[in-house]
Amino acid sequence: MNEARRNDKYVPPWTDPKAEPYVRIEKVTKKFGDFVAVDDVSLNIYKNELFCLLGGSGCGKSTLLRMLAGFEQPTSGSIYLDGVDMAGIPPYNRPVNMMFQSYALFPHMSVEDNVAFGLKQERLAKNEVSKRVNDMLGLVQLAQFAKRKPHQLSGGQRQRVALARALVKQPKLLLLDEPLGALDKKLREQTQFELVNLQDRTGVTFVVVTHDQEEAMTLASRIGVMNQGRIVQVGTPTEIYEFPTTRFVADFIGSVNMFEGRIVDEDNDFVRIGAEDARCTIFINHGVAAAPNSTLWVAIRPEKVNISREPPPDASENCTTGIVQDIAYMGDVSIFNVKLDGGKVVKVTQPNLFRHAEETITWEDRVYLHWHPASGVVLLQ
Amino acid sequence: MTRIAYVPLGHRLAHMFEPLARQLVRLPPVRWLLTQVSRLGFSGKSLVISVPYVWLLLFFLVPFVIVLKISFAEQVVAQPPYTALLGWVDEKFLTLKLNIANYLFIVRDSLYWKAYLNSMKVAAISTLLCLLVGYPMAYGIARTSPAWRNVLLMLVILPFWTSFLLRVYAWIGILKNNGIINNILMSLGIIDSPIVMMQTPFAVYVGIVYSYLPFMVMPLYATLEKMDLTLLEAAYDLGCRPFKAFLRITLPLSIPGIVAGCMLVFIPAVGEFVIPELLGGPNTLMIGKVLWDEFFSNRAWPVASAVAIAILLLLVIPIMIFQHYQARDAEAGR
Ligand SMILES: Nc1ncnc2c1ncn2[C@@H]1O[C@H](COP(=O)(O)OP(=O)(O)OP(=O)(O)O)[C@@H](O)[C@H]1O
Ligand SMILES: [Mg+2]
Repeated sequence: MNEARRNDKYVPPWTDPKAEPYVRIEKVTKKFGDFVAVDDVSLNIYKNELFCLLGGSGCGKSTLLRMLAGFEQPTSGSIYLDGVDMAGIPPYNRPVNMMFQSYALFPHMSVEDNVAFGLKQERLAKNEVSKRVNDMLGLVQLAQFAKRKPHQLSGGQRQRVALARALVKQPKLLLLDEPLGALDKKLREQTQFELVNLQDRTGVTFVVVTHDQEEAMTLASRIGVMNQGRIVQVGTPTEIYEFPTTRFVADFIGSVNMFEGRIVDEDNDFVRIGAEDARCTIFINHGVAAAPNSTLWVAIRPEKVNISREPPPDASENCTTGIVQDIAYMGDVSIFNVKLDGGKVVKVTQPNLFRHAEETITWEDRVYLHWHPASGVVLLQ
Repeated sequence: MTRIAYVPLGHRLAHMFEPLARQLVRLPPVRWLLTQVSRLGFSGKSLVISVPYVWLLLFFLVPFVIVLKISFAEQVVAQPPYTALLGWVDEKFLTLKLNIANYLFIVRDSLYWKAYLNSMKVAAISTLLCLLVGYPMAYGIARTSPAWRNVLLMLVILPFWTSFLLRVYAWIGILKNNGIINNILMSLGIIDSPIVMMQTPFAVYVGIVYSYLPFMVMPLYATLEKMDLTLLEAAYDLGCRPFKAFLRITLPLSIPGIVAGCMLVFIPAVGEFVIPELLGGPNTLMIGKVLWDEFFSNRAWPVASAVAIAILLLLVIPIMIFQHYQARDAEAGR
């Protein structure tokens, strides 16, 4: 992690009202004909951030990124980069570089020439160009492949060439469209760390598009979750995971058990929700700003639910019971699907703390599920 | 369509004849024959594959050998007008008489050299003009919307629906002294007397460029159309202006198409006879015309054959360059 971020006194820029955003996206809408690909998006991204745009296929992530790069013009709204309005500035005049989803390496040029291409456009001296190219190839560990053509490289090596080509220009803002999409899991994880390291060393502001939530959680300083052209929530990985504001976000990030209910009792510092499908009363240890009698939802993550064969001491609240329907052993954790008496299936994960447990829960066991009053997230929409 | 630039000539012919061959092997007499042949140890597949090679053997190699044979004969006033190569001496010695006089003649007589060089020049200039006209056309077609693309491609190949000769004659009507161009210019008062265009090198170039343009446009279109446009976006993104991006990305990536188009225009243009005969003056010195004159006017079959063989040898060089590029390209594509 960044030196600054390790420091206790570090104030994230997005919590500082005086901080000037580096990229300011204001009410940007992009239409293709009648189709709205990006819908009224406003977003601030700060210097040195590694911002992830996360969303399902076709939700408008690439379109938003392409507007930052200058390949598409917003139908309405404006984009400011470092305080400068980007409207009408062509891609070749923006201090922005992009790494393409398909890498877009020039097939007729060697690795070296691909990386040097951007520098040559700046009319730098020859030895300056070759020095920076060599440094960059060293950084992405491709020095020995300098003379090869892209088709003689593996997928992972190509991806690193694309990264080097975008980085060597030392842009103020680097846009990466699904940078790790083509890599296998191992290489992906390794490259994710390389990316974070690189970002720390170069101090470039990154905007990364991905549809892989795990990747977003690993990489990002903040995540913007998109759905159908809109930004539905912006926050740190923790905020997005632990404090989703909508059912869509709770559902999209990780897995979640969603219970529908109504408020039966409330005060400033607690709320009791009667949840029909959970077949119990859910007690939440904070107040909720909801109209009485309105429908709301409680989201509980599988790892926050305890599972046991004996009922807990206080089974009056936050406790329900059901039959184990399915068990998936994942090595580090086990996943239980428990069918409640009302028919709803609840997902529970438990770490496998012991290599061999005497009293393991098996299929068809009657089990009790219970959770802490702080575990449930109340969602109004 | 996209294959044009990438498939070597022999394979391309093989592709053309494969459907025909398939139909052919279904016929009962052919099937019977195939069964008999396969009993001798040949498979049906190898027979189907061999059809284009048999075709090439019959209609290219055999005529070539005949022409080669005649080129080593002597001209005589007889029917046919050349001597035989093989003969008997004393009814027991088989003799082979190779007469290289025809070759020496065409090497020594400057007429042939000049005709060769002029043909090369005309073909080279025509190829260049075709490239200059054809590249923007192909580029434009490849970059329009798919619906327009098909319409424009249709327009490019539409002339093939009428006879080649007819189209060349049409140019006479356009270019002659009281032709369309001169009439329009004179009636507009731009010129007083007609511009002489017919029977000039200009008319020959117009004819060749017009006739061979589709052969340039098609392979160029094929390479430009399949180009990945994100490469251009990547170039812009790295600070490259559109025109420079064209020079550094689009142009180098279309080299296979340029080479294929140039070969398809240059090779037939060297031996072109009809266009210089109809549009060029009597002084137009091109090897195709010389060949025609030797063959039909002088009845000098051996000399004409030697000229034909010489053209072939000279053209083998550009064809080899062509094949070399294709091989390299196929390598790079892997
Ligand atoms: N040039 C275009 N013309 C018309 N529609 C387009 C165009 N580009 C994108 N779209 C549409 O806009 C929507 C958003 O596309 P976009 O490429 O931004 O999706 P994405 O979030 O990047 O998806 P993925 O994760 O699959 O890459 C899609 O429904 C797409 O069909
Ligand atoms: Mg995309």
